[in-house]
Formats: sequence, structure tokens, C-alpha cells
Amino acid sequence: MSDFAFEDASSRRTSRGRIRTFDAAVLVLLMLAIWQAIGSWTHGVAVSPPLQTLLYLFDLVRTGMFWQHAAATLAAFLLAFVLSALIGLALGLIFGVRRFAGEVAEPILAGFYTIPKVTLYPVVLLIFGLGMSAKVAFGVMHGLVPMTLFTLGAVRTLPPVLIRTARVMRLSPARTMLWVLVPACLPEIVNGLRISFSLTFLGVLIGEMFSSQRGLGFLLVNGMAQHNVPLSTAVVTVIVVVSIAANSMMLRLRGRTAHRSN
Amino acid sequence: MTRRRAVLLVRIAVLAGLTATLEICCRTGLIDPLIVIPPSEMVASMIDRVGSGELDESIVNTFSTIALAFVLAIGCGTLAGALVHRSSRLRDVVDPLLASYYSVPTFIFYPLLVALLGLGKAPLVVLGVLSGAPAVMISTLSGLDSVSPVLLKLARVHRLSPARTLWWIVLPAALPRLFSGFKLALSYALIGVIAGEFILSGTGLGFAISFAYQSFDNRAMYGLMLFVLLIAVTANGILYVWEGRLARRRSTG
Repeated sequence: MSDFAFEDASSRRTSRGRIRTFDAAVLVLLMLAIWQAIGSWTHGVAVSPPLQTLLYLFDLVRTGMFWQHAAATLAAFLLAFVLSALIGLALGLIFGVRRFAGEVAEPILAGFYTIPKVTLYPVVLLIFGLGMSAKVAFGVMHGLVPMTLFTLGAVRTLPPVLIRTARVMRLSPARTMLWVLVPACLPEIVNGLRISFSLTFLGVLIGEMFSSQRGLGFLLVNGMAQHNVPLSTAVVTVIVVVSIAANSMMLRLRGRTAHRSN
Repeated sequence: MTRRRAVLLVRIAVLAGLTATLEICCRTGLIDPLIVIPPSEMVASMIDRVGSGELDESIVNTFSTIALAFVLAIGCGTLAGALVHRSSRLRDVVDPLLASYYSVPTFIFYPLLVALLGLGKAPLVVLGVLSGAPAVMISTLSGLDSVSPVLLKLARVHRLSPARTLWWIVLPAALPRLFSGFKLALSYALIGVIAGEFILSGTGLGFAISFAYQSFDNRAMYGLMLFVLLIAVTANGILYVWEGRLARRRSTG
């Protein structure tokens, strides 16, 4: 009896899964169709159609020029992401444990999170000069705050008994963070990393789009300026695919950490 | 209450201290005045710029664009969210899409939009809607999910028409979640429009800042920057306070 019920449930699940896959495929086709429609409607002056873009992309990835720009973006992004993740994690843990400091800092950070930071980019340029360090600084400006806020929120909602236990065991602050706080807040921290990842990427790209000579952001704006439509469409495609892939990877990672902590 | 006041006082003291430090560093030459000008100069420059009237057109331009993008984002987002909420099959498809949409730097579509729609208001509005509407959609979905079934049963018992059910039951129940989406939509519209003007445009406050930067007019640049940031902080602050008030009114019944 129970065997039968199990079989029934699983077959229902697979049929639902099949519907889902079908719907997802329809969705992808629909988006490609819209892309194609925009491309052919404007005769390719603004957006090049999917197939043409893909072919152009195949040629593009065989050139060294593309990889130089991609490497410039990747280097700036990685540095900015590591910096904002580490500093944000440390700040979040400190503000989470020190309640008073946290309450003072949180609205300031949240306010900074919502302002248009692009307006501050000239200041970054004046301080760091044109080049890699300005892009990195701008990426950190975008990625640091969400990482801090997510970690802070996670530590604050932690059962106080964990922190008290750490105190009873006379763990040093560094060990408390490493052995108690970070493992307990892992799902939230991964979530913060995910948001921080996409915002850091955005910051680096905006930095490259405004007065830079290297990187994917530059390539995009340059393609537009030279009326090289396939180039800019291809760069946008690459950026979208990379960010969606990274995001889904981190969503999966968070699912796994959430299971473990339960 | 006293703790809240203490937090507030310390917060103000920290901000005032930071501003004062910056002022002193600039005045004593620790920070090169060619890089950062003292905060008092920024305020003076802001008052000059805004008072002179030369910015009136840019201000009107920028804020009408932001308002249009904000309203459209709320309209499209709420409508799309309500539609998707009705069909669970559609929802299965849309949910993962929304989750990953958030990670795409929407801003990179701006150059394509400019090529598509021409330089001007249209690509800025579309950019603002593209970045704000999904947030509204997500909050609409979670708001409608949060309406408890018993309330809908109540509406049926009272034989309310669908329009009245929406207005009297669903909307008030979903409002707190909806509101957080509106807040996000405002800050996304603001960021999108000003960033767009900054990178590639011929009008507006964002353009004015980048123009001042490119003509090495630091004083004007910092004044404008302060103006834009003050408005952004004020707008977000109003919604933040309003949201807090809504939440408090709910909790007291």
C-alpha cells in the first residue's frame, strides 16, 4: 500500500517536472523570439539577432583582444569581490556582536546602499586615478555594504546561547567568529556573497563604461560608439550569461549550506 | 526609548565627526583640495548652483524622468505580479527567472536601449522600469501570498464584489510587502536614471556632474553631487519612516 502511494507520488512529481522543463523551454524560445523580433524590427542597428550574435561571439572568443579585456575585468572584479567579502564579513560580525555599534551603523549603511553611487565615481577617479585601482574601489563600494548588512542581520538573529557558550568556553574573539559565528550564519553569509557578487560586478562594469580603456564595460561602450552592433550585443550576452550562471551556482550552494545547518 | 535616543545621538555624532574630520583635513592641506574640497565649500557651491537657476531645467528633467520610471515600474510590476499569482504553472516558470534576474547588471542594457530608442528620456525611463519592475513584481507576489485565506473567505461570506475584495481586503493585507517593493523601485529608478545620465546623455543632473568632472570644475561637481545625494537620501528616508509608521500602526492594531 505504502509502496503504491510512493510510486504514485514520484510519478506525479516527474510529470510535474516534465511540465516545468517544457515551460522553461517555451520561455527560452519566447525570449529568443523577442530578441530576434527586436533585432529584425530595427534591421540590426541597435541589437543584432541571436544567431548572428552567436556567430560573431564564436569569432570574438578566438581573438586575443577579447581575452585581454575579459582578463582586465576579471582581475578587477576578483580583487574587488575578495576585498568586499572579507571586509564586509568582518564588519558584519563586529557590528552584529556589538549591538550598540550595530544599531548606530545600520541605517548609515542602509542609506549608503540606496544612494546612486555613480555620482561618487568622479571622486573615486580623483583619488585613485584612472586605471585598475579605481575600478576595484568602485566595485568594493557596491559590494561591501550588502555583505556587511547580510552578515549583521544573521548574527543579530542568532540564538544568544551560542555567543554565551563561546564566552563560557573562553574562546578568543577571533576563534568565536571562526568557530561559532561563521558556521552558524553560513546560509546568510552565502546569500550576502551572492548579492555582493552581482553588485561588485555591476560596480566594476560601470567603472569601465565611464572613462576606461580596458575591460568588458569599455568594449561594450566602444562597440556602441563605433556602431559595431554585433560586438556590443555579444558583450552584453556574455555578461548576462556569466552573471546568471554565477548566481544560480551560489543559490545552489546556499541550498546545500541551509540543509547542513538544519 | 532612551536607548533609541542614545543610538540616534551617537549616529549623529559619528556623522558630524566624520564631516568635521574631512573639513579639517582639507583645510590643513592633508587632503589635496584638487581632489576633495571641504564640506563647507560643497554646501556653498550647492547653494550657488541651485540658487542661480541654471540647473532648473536639469532638475525638472531628471526628476520627471525618475517619477515616470517609478510610476511605470510600480504599475507594470504590480500588474505582472498579480497576473502571475493567479496561475501556479506560470509562477513555476517565472520564479527562477526573477531570482536570477536580480543578478544581471541591468545597467549594461543601457547602451543598447540608447541605440534602440535614441538619446533622451525614453531609454532612461525604460532602464528605470527594467531595474525597478521585477522588484515590485517579487514584492507583489510575496504580498499576495501573505494574505491569509481566512480573509478571502470572509470577503466571500460578505459577498463582496471582486473590486471591493481587492480594495478592502487584499490591498490592506498585502500593503507592507508591497511597500518594500515600492521602496526598492524608487531607489532603483533613481540609481538607473542618474547612472544613465552620467554615462551617456545630454541632459539632467547626472550629465551635469559628469560634465563638471570632465571640465575639471571640482567645485561645481561636488556641489551637484551633494545635491543629488541629499535628495536621494531624503526620498528614501521619507519612505523608510513611512514604512516604519505603517508597520507600527499594524502592530498596535
